[in-house]
Amino acid sequence: MIGSLATLLLFQLAGEIIVRLTGAPLPGPVLGMILLFLALVLRGRTPSVFADTSRGLLNYLALLFVPAGVGIISYLGRVADEWLAITVTLVASTALAVVVTAFTLRALTSRGRN
Amino acid sequence: MDRLTQIWVYIEETPLLWLALTLCVFWLAQQLYRRLGSFALLNPVLVSVIVLVIVLKATGTPYADYFDGAQFIHFLLGPATVALAVPLAAQAAELRRYWLPITIALTAGSLTAVASAMCIGWALGLDSQTLLSMLPKSVTTPIAMGVAEQIGGLPSLTAVLVILTGITGAVIGIPLLRLLGLHDPVAKGFAMGVAAHGIGTARAFEHSERAGAYSGLGMGLNGALTALLVPLLVWLFGL
Repeated sequence: MIGSLATLLLFQLAGEIIVRLTGAPLPGPVLGMILLFLALVLRGRTPSVFADTSRGLLNYLALLFVPAGVGIISYLGRVADEWLAITVTLVASTALAVVVTAFTLRALTSRGRN
Repeated sequence: MDRLTQIWVYIEETPLLWLALTLCVFWLAQQLYRRLGSFALLNPVLVSVIVLVIVLKATGTPYADYFDGAQFIHFLLGPATVALAVPLAAQAAELRRYWLPITIALTAGSLTAVASAMCIGWALGLDSQTLLSMLPKSVTTPIAMGVAEQIGGLPSLTAVLVILTGITGAVIGIPLLRLLGLHDPVAKGFAMGVAAHGIGTARAFEHSERAGAYSGLGMGLNGALTALLVPLLVWLFGL
């Protein structure tokens, strides 16, 4: 498990370093994810200890967003002034994005799968 | 100074209190969510944020003091993002097969997320700085904050709008698609990741591992595309 955590952190570190060296418009962890994905695909199979540790971490993914979410406390004034427009825009735009993405993908893949 | 005051001074100075409280509140929110049959509006992230904001307000605690403790949780977002490669690699064969539909759906969804926020927010008269902060709302927090800074929004407001978008997607996404008759876990998961980043992905994993894997893919790809798309659209429309 320690080895798995170290691997995740090393891939993140590699991502951060490459982003800083190249100025790529991506956060380090996302590049780290891409690098790890390539490594796992090239290797052919994921060691089960590593898979378990990663899944363990992903089980708590939702919790990890709470500290940043509490940051809303610094913008309560602005949010109170514009809450209706912000809410309508967020909900409508998110709903549209979900529906457009899901139906586009289904329309393009359903023939191949059925 | 009496002992109680001494203890309070100690508690206030260590990161322990806010770290422990964040975990407790989230655990309780998760219990509540499960006990009440996974009712969408009781999303554990949403409930935890509301409870913690009330506690901070009630005790007059500045966000920076809270974050001193909570940063240990926040830090794990990095390795968790890297870990998304694991479920994704398990779908490698299918990815190879569907790379073209995925590319097209990604582009359509990413454009919809940004352009619809731009049009609706503008039509509703949002303050231009709020609007700019909102454009990268569908992508994971670190990318969104970088984009907001680049186009003249407020990065920390963006962080909050990103979380709110994620919660919105997690709450309405799957019920909405079910209502419209879409049951394919791949399309559902991918759409959750494109529109609602990591929080949508956390919700997609609850649905199934396959949906979660595609959600992680959608989140990663849309992060990269939005970073290129938003500055371009802002420049085109002269915002």
